[in-house]
Amino acid sequence: MTTLAGRLVRYRWWLVVIIGITAFTLFTGDFRLDPTTAILAATLRHSTPLVLGAMCGILSERSGVVNIGIEGQMLMSAFAGFMVASGSQSLLMGVAAGITVGALMGAALAGLSVTLKGDQIIAGTVLNIAAVGLTSFFFTQGRSLPGKTPIIRLGPLADLPVIGKVFFINPPITYVSLLLVVALWYALFRTTWGLHTRAVGEHPSAAETVGISVVRMRYLNLILGGAIAGLAGAYLSLEAVGSFERGMTNGKGFVALAVMIFGRWNPVGAWGAALLFGYTNAIQTQFQFRGWFTDHPQFVGMLPFIVTIIVLAGFVGRARPPASLGQPYDRE
Amino acid sequence: MSVLRSALIPLIAVTLALVVGAILIATSGSSPVEAYSALIEGSFFGWESFGTTLEKATPLIMGGLAVAFAFKAGLFNIGGQGQLLFGALIAGAVGYGFTGLPWIIHMPLALLLGAVAGAAWGAIPGILKATRGAHEVITTIMLNFVAANMAEWLATKVWRKEGDILVRTPIIEDSAEIPTWGHVPLGFFIAVAFALAIWFLLQRTTFGFEIRSVGLNPSAAGYAGISVKRIIVLTMTISGFLAAIGGSIETLGIVGRYEPGVNAGLGFDGITIALLARTHPIAVIPAAILIAAMNASASLMQFKAGVAPEIVDVIEALILLFVATPIIVRWFVKSRQDDGVSVGATWGST
Repeated sequence: MTTLAGRLVRYRWWLVVIIGITAFTLFTGDFRLDPTTAILAATLRHSTPLVLGAMCGILSERSGVVNIGIEGQMLMSAFAGFMVASGSQSLLMGVAAGITVGALMGAALAGLSVTLKGDQIIAGTVLNIAAVGLTSFFFTQGRSLPGKTPIIRLGPLADLPVIGKVFFINPPITYVSLLLVVALWYALFRTTWGLHTRAVGEHPSAAETVGISVVRMRYLNLILGGAIAGLAGAYLSLEAVGSFERGMTNGKGFVALAVMIFGRWNPVGAWGAALLFGYTNAIQTQFQFRGWFTDHPQFVGMLPFIVTIIVLAGFVGRARPPASLGQPYDRE
Repeated sequence: MSVLRSALIPLIAVTLALVVGAILIATSGSSPVEAYSALIEGSFFGWESFGTTLEKATPLIMGGLAVAFAFKAGLFNIGGQGQLLFGALIAGAVGYGFTGLPWIIHMPLALLLGAVAGAAWGAIPGILKATRGAHEVITTIMLNFVAANMAEWLATKVWRKEGDILVRTPIIEDSAEIPTWGHVPLGFFIAVAFALAIWFLLQRTTFGFEIRSVGLNPSAAGYAGISVKRIIVLTMTISGFLAAIGGSIETLGIVGRYEPGVNAGLGFDGITIALLARTHPIAVIPAAILIAAMNASASLMQFKAGVAPEIVDVIEALILLFVATPIIVRWFVKSRQDDGVSVGATWGST
């Protein structure tokens, strides 16, 4: 069915969702341009750590390793980024530290699950609990940053109506995350490296017989993924909040996993999914502005988590994970 | 395999964690000897500190049991926190809302209704996994956040006494209290009784056999005529029930009302405890007492040795790290038994 009518029928539920969200956005934005633009811009902001976390998950899982530890990787990196940036008074150093610590956490996960062949879900849980413990132990009050990462206007593009404000007036990590979505999609589906990564996740012993090292590919992907999760952590402390708080990831690492599944282990799909989740957060802020549900903020607060559950329950059955996911690889 | 031998790996893991913890304490400029003697003093010296340790161990036993029980069916219940929260809240509501009942009815009723609320909350991820294939690790964590919001709303809008500034339910009736004899809390023995009952259920009943079969090999269990979906739902329900008993005892025996934040983090300690006990229901008891001892004496460690109390979280994470990767411990002791817990292979599939 390639006719227009056929496509309309095939994607009818997506159309319903898109029209519904558009109508709802206009309604909550009071049918005025500025609030509506603000909702869309906030959607992009909230989606940034989610899409970065999801890309970390995609790299790990495409190569066959479950990564439950994204939350811990993000938290440790947010902490490291904050400590280094406040110590050196350089945000760039902070971001670099966040990325490095994320990569190290990725290497730790690889050590636990690839080399030591421990259970991958428990290995990830170890990272999460260790991150909470270590960041609380070493965190001291009274440090401050030299500000947040600056907002960069992308020349004339920034003057475009709506789109300009949403996409072209942003701080640096947000731009980087958008570039990474495209780069990672290209790398995974159009390069030899991507083919090897996917082969290792689908059928490791077959990959090994044609000379791809399963252990090397898994280490590489977990470390790269960790670096991306590290960028997400740096985003939280240095770009979004401008400070560190205990437990500041607040479940985003787990929401990122749902984003990854909803996006079907594809960076571009994950970006779309992250926008949907970011939207549920953005709408909360707008609700506060409009004074809606201010008596019952808890129900608005649980919205992103309920959406995650519904998405998982509705879509995971139809999404197919990499075939050898979750199994430690043994050569014999 | 003797009891002593199977206790060896956890013991080595704890020792290693304490050694690394000592190094961390030393690098932060305090004396590890002073810190660890404060740890022992604060948790076991005298009836009062020992009673506090048992008090703190009670919800941890239940949290550890909840995780260990789910592990037996190959399920990873990270939702202990939310289930415990509901137990604590509903027990608190029944504890103050029902008046004029004798103790022999009121206390068990509050305990039971709290547990049923947690069981219902635990059943949700079970049903979602059995019918829709949504992995319980994500759904239980999401439900923790939903439960926190829901409990806050109920404690603020429905059950808060008028004029109370804090978010909490009113004090429970005397008839709902779980008593403490001297310094020894009755709740602790309720938890121990549950540990024994769960051991019996798993090892001596057909239902327990079915649960373990599903945990070892779901497809083989399915071919043998066991309804895997039914076992998944029931296991998660019972797991939620167990976690919620911990919360109920906390409300009825220790705090005397529902207050959010009192039991923060208990659900996650359950994971450490279950793994430290290598998912054995009775071994959960000493494992919980160990973690409780550290939690009970964290503030004394800060007072006497000047160590940040969060060192306890770090040591617990280290224990988890060493028990979760038996290979590290095997460098110290030759053991051929296969003791890794396996839940990773169930990711993304039913």
